[in-house]
Amino acid sequence: MLKELVNPSNFNLLVSKVSDVLVRALDQPLGYAINWGRVWSLWPVHLETACCSVEFGATSSPRYDCERFGIIEAFGSLRQCDLIVVQGTVTRKMAPRLRMVYDQMGDPKYVIAMGACSITGGLYIDSYNVLPGIDGVVPVDVYVPGCPPRPETLIQGCMLLQEKIKRSKIK
Amino acid sequence: MMSSNISKNSENDPKINQSSQKNNHNQTNLKDLEPKNSDNFIDRSLNLENSIYSEISSKFTNKVKLKYSKSKRIKIYVEPEDIVEVAEFLKANIGFDHAESVCGTDYPDDNSIEVIYHLNSYSREDLSPIIFALSTKTSRNNSRLPSLIRVFNSVEYHERETFEMLGVYFEGHPRNERFLLPEDWADIPPLRKDFQIKGR
Amino acid sequence: MSKEYDREFETKFQETTRLGLEVVKESEEDRLMTLSVGPQHPGSGHFRFTIKVDGDYIVYCDPDPGYVHRGEEKMSEYRNFIQNIPHLERPVIHDSTNITYSYSLAVEELLGIEVPRRGQFIRAIASELNRQVYTLYWLAIYGIFLGHSTMFMWPAGDRELFIDLLTALSGARVTHAYNIPGGVRNDAPNGFKEKCLQYVKYFEKRLVEYEDIFYNNPLFRQRTENVGILTKEDAINLGVTGSVLRASGIPYDIRKVEPYDVYDEIDFKVQYMKTCDSFARAYVPFLDMRESCNIIKQLLDKMPDSGEVRLKLQSNPKGQPGESYKRVESGRGALGYYIVSDGSPKPYRVKISVGSFRNILALPHLLIGSKLGDMPSIYWALNYWPVEADR
Repeated sequence: MLKELVNPSNFNLLVSKVSDVLVRALDQPLGYAINWGRVWSLWPVHLETACCSVEFGATSSPRYDCERFGIIEAFGSLRQCDLIVVQGTVTRKMAPRLRMVYDQMGDPKYVIAMGACSITGGLYIDSYNVLPGIDGVVPVDVYVPGCPPRPETLIQGCMLLQEKIKRSKIK
Repeated sequence: MMSSNISKNSENDPKINQSSQKNNHNQTNLKDLEPKNSDNFIDRSLNLENSIYSEISSKFTNKVKLKYSKSKRIKIYVEPEDIVEVAEFLKANIGFDHAESVCGTDYPDDNSIEVIYHLNSYSREDLSPIIFALSTKTSRNNSRLPSLIRVFNSVEYHERETFEMLGVYFEGHPRNERFLLPEDWADIPPLRKDFQIKGR
Repeated sequence: MSKEYDREFETKFQETTRLGLEVVKESEEDRLMTLSVGPQHPGSGHFRFTIKVDGDYIVYCDPDPGYVHRGEEKMSEYRNFIQNIPHLERPVIHDSTNITYSYSLAVEELLGIEVPRRGQFIRAIASELNRQVYTLYWLAIYGIFLGHSTMFMWPAGDRELFIDLLTALSGARVTHAYNIPGGVRNDAPNGFKEKCLQYVKYFEKRLVEYEDIFYNNPLFRQRTENVGILTKEDAINLGVTGSVLRASGIPYDIRKVEPYDVYDEIDFKVQYMKTCDSFARAYVPFLDMRESCNIIKQLLDKMPDSGEVRLKLQSNPKGQPGESYKRVESGRGALGYYIVSDGSPKPYRVKISVGSFRNILALPHLLIGSKLGDMPSIYWALNYWPVEADR
């Protein structure tokens, strides 16, 4: 078994096995520290899907200032990001792009569904071009209802996500 | 037009009317929307509007039909084969230089689709409040119209949207293609009346 | 640099021909690079366009909107005139009073009703306040585009003042649904006039600072001046509207050319510039904001102190069969509604003619031939809001 793993052609397999062992060993002593790091450096992707992006912009304005809570404004490349805030209606044209963005992000990644449209379809439930919620496209961690949610609501949603990250095991 | 229908409007209790209208929603007759007698319809106080129409009607005597002329709004109807000629005349001789919108309306009962160009002018100051609606009609089965893109550059995206939403093919337009809808749209054009949205 | 390169190429060319070898030229396809901008891109929002670049110059541009196409026009046919208001304002939630304003005007013409005078004034005030909200948001995002952080923070902060005023009027932060056919939903609260005057005075002081720190900023000027020239003839040909049109030297403002409600009693100037570049397109909205402060003051001054603000309608209002086309001046230019009614409580056809959709026609025209680095400043100066254009 060990001989097979040491074989250079199975190098990837070896790395994954070793990392599994390491993660299991480090989860107890270091998990808290790693999660603490993740909680205070949430980088959202700059992907706007609809009109809730106005309130998302207002969340980082001086009055609401979400940077206080460790959510940094959306400027980075998506390879560095670990959070998607789906800002409103996802149309049939946008859905493949949303999934593409989600797939390109590195693990761990979290999704916040912002606004009634991204939760159930909201006001546009009977439109011919709108998805009834994004659950079928990406897995959602936190739902933030409202049409559009006030910036305070979005901040509270992010804090809920932080609670969730604190309690989760590292991967 | 407003005065001719007042009696019709105030005849019923709202509840009864609502239910009857629900059934009749798809059976709108285009003739209801047209004035009964276009001559009674010209308001003599509208000097500029009337002079514009008389200028057009003196050039194209039988080709244009006045739909209505009210304050700052004129609508005429032309046959599809004359529309380019009329549009060129409007641009060169009167001064309507751009289109604000191109709008298609589906009338399944008449088996026709009406396409309206809302024209306006930036270069002539006295014309700028006036919206000139140039309308034409095509059949629903073989929807083809000559494009006005050679006359008004501003109709490019509007006509493309009308093609996509109502399936009216504009001859002479360089790109009769998908614009707003998803790439995999395989249904009939959504703004036609026989396209039903789910649950309604 | 280019001359040196040419000389080098020429000597190589001569050498190759002297040796009797074949000169292989780069094909067009290899030289051009295709870039897809958006929809995931810090500078495009809900919009995508494909460009081809030759070195640093853009040679091809093809806009691909529709990422937020929600079928507003189709949905309108299934709801009655009053039920239509909440979803029709969603395309521009930060300018929602204006997008429902022209809808209400068009429906009022169909129903044949007139708004009480106090209602007309409150409508106009709400519309002006909301235009400020829109323009400040637009300016804030322009700051992000040009990498100017202060330009994001200041307008985004001052925007909240006007949002507070609109919240006091309507009760909602951004989606007001305040204009309805027949007037406005409810009267202004006590003390609104004083509060509004106080905020407008404060904002006028801020505008002086804005001019110093943004528009006289040498970096901002370098990035926008003489970039993306849209001449007067092209502006007319392409049928652009709003600040883009006024930056090309045409003083066209719906509030002036076709005054609706109480705007014919207000004394104001149409702001325009003749330099036709991105700087003018960025500066005209600023001038509009300053003029808008004057308009708000005049409106508050002339507003009757009491009276009805809304004409009570029956529960399912119906109009005569007919059609109407009404437009107002929104933050992005002329915003028109074309409504066909067949006499039933629901509209037969609603067409929203929005400024954004008209302005985007100028994008390929301006981008082709300009440098890649000028793309953000040209694109956002067009005053384009993708959600509105897609409807």
